Amino acid sequence: MNAKKDSEPDTTKNRTTVEPKSEREIVVTRTFDAPARIVFQAWTTPELFRRWWVPKSMPLALLSYEADIRTGGGYRLVFDVDGTKTMAFFGKYIEVTPHSRIVWTNDESGEDGAVTTVTLEEKGDKTLLVLHELYRSKEVRDAALASGAYDGMGETFGQLDEVLVTLGA
Amino acid sequence: MVQHSDARLDASFAALSDATRRGVLEQLGRADASITELAEKFHMTLTGMKKHVGVLERAGLVATEKVGRVRTCKLGPSRLESETAWIEGYRQLWGSRFDELDKVIEELKRKEKVDERKKR
Repeated sequence: MNAKKDSEPDTTKNRTTVEPKSEREIVVTRTFDAPARIVFQAWTTPELFRRWWVPKSMPLALLSYEADIRTGGGYRLVFDVDGTKTMAFFGKYIEVTPHSRIVWTNDESGEDGAVTTVTLEEKGDKTLLVLHELYRSKEVRDAALASGAYDGMGETFGQLDEVLVTLGA
Repeated sequence: MVQHSDARLDASFAALSDATRRGVLEQLGRADASITELAEKFHMTLTGMKKHVGVLERAGLVATEKVGRVRTCKLGPSRLESETAWIEGYRQLWGSRFDELDKVIEELKRKEKVDERKKR
């Protein structure tokens, strides 16, 4: 939960932090050892995006990914869930500013979907990535938390935990 | 998942939004401690730590008990299962995504270097 007690205190490794910020927000931060344009490229090139968006530890397979990554464009991700059903995630890009900002909606939850903002900020030869999720309302966030269903991903977290434990993560 | 009342969840969330308070919970997860011990551990004044413990106590995350002149803190009745599980799951998801992204980025960097050499 916080950096003081890590299973493997590795100072060379960039850590991912998650902070509940306000009653409507969650903020994720991570530093990458590359200029912002490279991080942006890895994020916005579909064949590269496919390689990292679904970690091998996740019990999901990405069936298809279509994206028109520019302001006003849209995206659609379709997953296979344990070979029995499919799950789609889709939305619109509210803003895409090369190398610095990507903002999209998560419309699979209908009116209740969160808005996700990713900003890239160069710090020397590194880039600080801040991912910020804003819920439409406190009630929506609370419902997501209480049910454990977050963006439809919630149900996979339990399995993810198990898988990560077996991997010794 | 446990269903919480909104008020309880808000209090927990507010309590959790501070690194020191999260540290205090971790500490108490290992062993009970007095406010004085916690203040020392986190390099804070007694007053500052009392405030943090107050917030945690109101959220039901910590219970305190006065024995003689010492106020001992331990984990409270709300074990935070849903909140912590959720946040940890979320962190693991993004953590593993970003670890994979590191690999892609390293490749792109190497490729750029090679391309630059070819240009010369």
